[in-house]
Amino acid sequence: MSGTDSTARPLLELQGVTKVYGRGAAAMQALRGVDLRIDAGEFVAVMGPSGSGKSTCLNILGCLDTPSAGSYRFGGVEVGTLSRNQRAELRRHYLGFVFQGFNLLNRTTALENVELPLLYRGMHIAERHRLAREALAAVGLAGWETHTPGELSGGQQQRVAIARAIVTAPDVLFADEPTGNLDSARSREIMELITAFNRERGLTIVMVTHEADMAAFATRRVHFLDGHIESDTRAHDFMETA
Amino acid sequence: MVWNALLLALREIRRNVLRSFLTILGIVIGVAAVIVMVTLGGGATAQVTAQIASLGTNLLMVRPGQRMGFGQMSTAAQFDLADAEAIEREIRSVLAIAPASSAPTTAVFGNRNWSTSITGIDNRYFGVRNWTLASGREFTASELRAGSSVCIIGATVRKELFGAQDPFGNKLRLEKLSCEVIGLLQAKGQSTMGSDQDDLVLMPLRTFQRRIAGTQDIGLIQVSVRDGASTEQVKQDIEELLRTRRHISPSEDDDFQVLDMKEITQMLAGTTQVLTALLGAVAAVSLLVGGIGIMNIMLVSVTERTREIGIRLAIGALEREVLMQFLVEAVVLAAFGGLTGIVLALAASVVLADLMSIPFVFNPGIVVLAFLFSAAVGVIFGFFPARKAARLDPIEALRHE
Ligand SMILES: Nc1ncnc2c1ncn2[C@@H]1O[C@H](COP(=O)(O)OP(=O)(O)OP(=O)(O)O)[C@@H](O)[C@H]1O
Ligand SMILES: [Mg+2]
Repeated sequence: MSGTDSTARPLLELQGVTKVYGRGAAAMQALRGVDLRIDAGEFVAVMGPSGSGKSTCLNILGCLDTPSAGSYRFGGVEVGTLSRNQRAELRRHYLGFVFQGFNLLNRTTALENVELPLLYRGMHIAERHRLAREALAAVGLAGWETHTPGELSGGQQQRVAIARAIVTAPDVLFADEPTGNLDSARSREIMELITAFNRERGLTIVMVTHEADMAAFATRRVHFLDGHIESDTRAHDFMETA
Repeated sequence: MVWNALLLALREIRRNVLRSFLTILGIVIGVAAVIVMVTLGGGATAQVTAQIASLGTNLLMVRPGQRMGFGQMSTAAQFDLADAEAIEREIRSVLAIAPASSAPTTAVFGNRNWSTSITGIDNRYFGVRNWTLASGREFTASELRAGSSVCIIGATVRKELFGAQDPFGNKLRLEKLSCEVIGLLQAKGQSTMGSDQDDLVLMPLRTFQRRIAGTQDIGLIQVSVRDGASTEQVKQDIEELLRTRRHISPSEDDDFQVLDMKEITQMLAGTTQVLTALLGAVAAVSLLVGGIGIMNIMLVSVTERTREIGIRLAIGALEREVLMQFLVEAVVLAAFGGLTGIVLALAASVVLADLMSIPFVFNPGIVVLAFLFSAAVGVIFGFFPARKAARLDPIEALRHE
């Protein structure tokens, strides 16, 4: 596995992607022609000032949003040609998300939140519960299965959200400022967890973050500025010295 | 997929107990109101119809005096037996007549007394009124001729004075008269006007005239008209005959009244139907209000739940899976509310019908209609806003505030 091998088939590939919000005078160009290829196994940190288009780009990569123009290929498949249902299938089978605001279902237990993606995969109850428990244990929340988000701390809620994202064993994990709401100790815990998934399971990760500390965990840093990529650097030191 | 949707829907219902409860309540109230009102209205109509049928042959009531205002009659000369017989003799299409005279009285038996009315009649009364005896016998010819002290009592008088005791052979005291009970009338229940038809004591006309009234007067002539003949014509003929007999000049008004009972009852039946329609309208409004309530809750909850829909879409739910969940949720709530409403409404209808002493008439049409309406409201307003939300890009649904 190698994130730097230029002959590897790219897992995610953006070409000339733009995104315009609104129309007419109120139109807002959030992305102005983004080219980006990410290979399997990479851990990419997306950085840049507020409003530079990081979240917009991540949402497009995660098939949560559609580009205004340009091409997005996932594993060689042109996403723009897929139907809504096909994109949903793509999310269901290959993608995992962690949102800044957790986005857990309220008044629903941690276990039920985590098993939800499995339920949509039509998995049987016993298998579902086993995998959901395993995922919760993997994020250090064994014993918290019956707690609802209201009964969990912010860090715990974010770990439930991570468990929900990885329970389906996705190919790519997208995280939009996963530590944005957490103190630095909690943040480090979460980052170590994510990094472990990248190293041990070869999970491809694309993570938006403001903080250089957090970006230091990644193997590659993409800087956004005003709707386009300003710099793209690989942390050779990490891959080679490890 | 349906099982998953059911599981998810039940989870959501449980997760939002208050919202689910309010939705169900709206449906219960709407459904129950309509069913109760229409059922009771139907019962009242059925009762009036039964009363019309119980009148049997076409009946005219001839009374002296004219109605002057609410419940007041002008005083006028009473009839006598000759008037009654003239009607029978001279007017075609008259099937039978029954002269009667009555007065309020207190009937006493042992230490019990009961305010009722006493009516002097002969046996023609039973035929004209289409009334039979539950037990005992009618008056004999000699009792009628001699004016004997015998009486036939209605079911209410029997209940109030004798309770469970056997009335036959016992003597009732009416004014200064001691009267042997020889018959018991079949119970008729309430009249269309709401009075108790079973609260009366009958005795031979002659006995009444001699021993109670002290006059030869007749206060009421009941006339039954042959089937197929025009009651209206008979009514006119009687009016003409009585005007001549009572020497009323053409410029004067009648000093008596001929009432067509069937006409009055039919008019009342019409009123009942209007009342039923009115109740139905009120019920329809309450169903509508209930429907708007459901609609409101559903719309508000879908707005609230757009973010939830976004989460589900983001983690891989298909549009149709989200929709199926909302549909199942709406169907479960509507079905539960509807069935609860139906059960409550039928129970309430039985109790209320009993209290109002009208028959309970089950109307399956309105039950189905009310149920379908509220179910449709629940499903439409639960489903369509959800469909709108499920068609958003996940990120838009997630951003929804
Ligand atoms: N739904 C929207 N409608 C209109 N404009 C939007 C919308 N979403 C984002 N934008 C605009 O697009 C631009 C890029 O937004 P984006 O959320 O991608 O920025 P970001 O880099 O993630 O910023 P932050 O670090 O603050 O999260 C911003 O100027 C924002 O105002
Ligand atoms: Mg952002």
